[in-house]
Amino acid sequence: MSTVSTRRKPPRVGDAPLFRRLMIGIVVVLVALVIIAPLVIIGVEAFSKGWQLYRDTVIHPDTLHAVMLTVLAALIAVPVNTVFGIAAAWAITKFDFWGKRFLLVVIEIPFSVSPIVAGVAYLFVYGLQGLFGPWLDAHDIKILFAVPGIIIASMFVTAPFVARELIPLMQAQGRDLEEASTSLGASGWRTFFSVTLPNVKWALLYGVILCNARVMGEFGAVSVVSGNIRGQTNTLPLHIELLYHDYNATGAFAAASILALIAVFTIIAKVALERQGAGRVRKTDNPAEKTS
Amino acid sequence: MRRRNVLPGLPLSLGVTLFYVGLIVVLPLAALAFKAASLGFEDYWRIVSSSRAVASYRVTVLSALGATVFNLFFGLSLAWVITRYRFPGRRIIDAVVDLPFALPTAVAGIALTALFANSGWFGSVLEGLGIKVAYTPIGIMIAMCFTSLPFIVRTVQPVLEDLDPALEEAAQSLGGSDWTIFRKVILPLLAPALLAGVSLSFARCLGEFGAIIFIAGNQPMSTEITALLIFIRLEEYDYQAAAAIASVLLLAAFFMLAVTNWLQARALRYTVKG
Repeated sequence: MSTVSTRRKPPRVGDAPLFRRLMIGIVVVLVALVIIAPLVIIGVEAFSKGWQLYRDTVIHPDTLHAVMLTVLAALIAVPVNTVFGIAAAWAITKFDFWGKRFLLVVIEIPFSVSPIVAGVAYLFVYGLQGLFGPWLDAHDIKILFAVPGIIIASMFVTAPFVARELIPLMQAQGRDLEEASTSLGASGWRTFFSVTLPNVKWALLYGVILCNARVMGEFGAVSVVSGNIRGQTNTLPLHIELLYHDYNATGAFAAASILALIAVFTIIAKVALERQGAGRVRKTDNPAEKTS
Repeated sequence: MRRRNVLPGLPLSLGVTLFYVGLIVVLPLAALAFKAASLGFEDYWRIVSSSRAVASYRVTVLSALGATVFNLFFGLSLAWVITRYRFPGRRIIDAVVDLPFALPTAVAGIALTALFANSGWFGSVLEGLGIKVAYTPIGIMIAMCFTSLPFIVRTVQPVLEDLDPALEEAAQSLGGSDWTIFRKVILPLLAPALLAGVSLSFARCLGEFGAIIFIAGNQPMSTEITALLIFIRLEEYDYQAAAAIASVLLLAAFFMLAVTNWLQARALRYTVKG
């Protein structure tokens, strides 16, 4: 009889078979009910009156216009927030300056503020009763209840996305490579494009994708500043609400299915990028704590 | 001695950052605060303490509390199952946890309403049990649960992944039962992250709008959330009232932001030592 036993991993806390099965069972059922079911019902409702009505809703000029406006908002807001995110990450991770912790908190504010509050706040800047409203009106510049308002409200809501993905990663990577590069005579831009960017490209793309999903889906803030003019200032989420309140639930779900598809693609892209290492550096890394 | 920083680009990058943050984030919020402050204390207090406003705070805070407590248990179980067990479908579950973030709130709102309406898949079953969800405060809670679930999972998950097995083994060798070890060893290590997730989730619930307005009945005094009351005041062109009530939500958001930052700093103190 051999005394040598094959060393097996000792069971960890919660590894008792019954408990394990119970937990997995509960979680799988709840995920199916809470997360999967809403996704499934969008598809079911969208096609509930057949393919024909679905197609009619999706290619209706109002829907197409809403899609165009949503895409336009994303085409402007996402690149602007990307440039901002890169600038903020460069300033915060490559330099030490007074008030850095505070700046980090201010950048994160849009995540905590209700989109409705954001919309109202913009009203008091660009609206007739706001700071610049009377001046804008006198010069016949329309920002609120027009496309520019929708775009800047979307920018507010999604401002932190790219910065938040880049900062922890660039913090963890330190400054040595960039310092070596500039001390060998490379310019700042060259250093950024040939040294920093290749190191953060997946995290950058990750932030851009999350930012895009949020811009395209923003409802509350946009709903305050858009004025809901059908065929003019309706983004896709607003168009869904309009159809829904017109007692055209099937149409609303058909329009919603477009956004749900974008959400599913966002998740798939996210998983693919995480395999490249993006989004995992964060852990409990609070960049503000590690500045030396 | 601090090394002299040789990297270029501080004026440009910091300039862009401050300009953008100033224009996009600080200016509008300052304008809102200014508008609310210009009301004068008496008017301000009259608006924010009106019975309809107070009822809306009550519905919002109570529903947010209910949703956060549910998500505390569900989110912790979810993070636990994803990190500790290996089973078919685990990666899919890990991926779909982010769906509530990726799915636009208005889409989530109509989907949940369809599920929980009297004739819906869940609504018809619950109706048989005598529970009404759609157009009641429970509906508000469910919408909040959906949109804020990922916060708790995603803040607890990394800490669970990094948990040192030696700690559990030590406790096991000392004869602790699983439940005791969970309570006395694992839970205290998770607590800071768990609390940070809870405060993020609660803050998100307080401000949620899109997902809720479809499923809530939106009846004043009973199923009207604060964000909706602001919206209604705007539609009535009562900009002063909208500013005043919005400032209450803004203050709540700042308070939650401070709490979250404090909790995250604490969470870090724990993990850095390990």
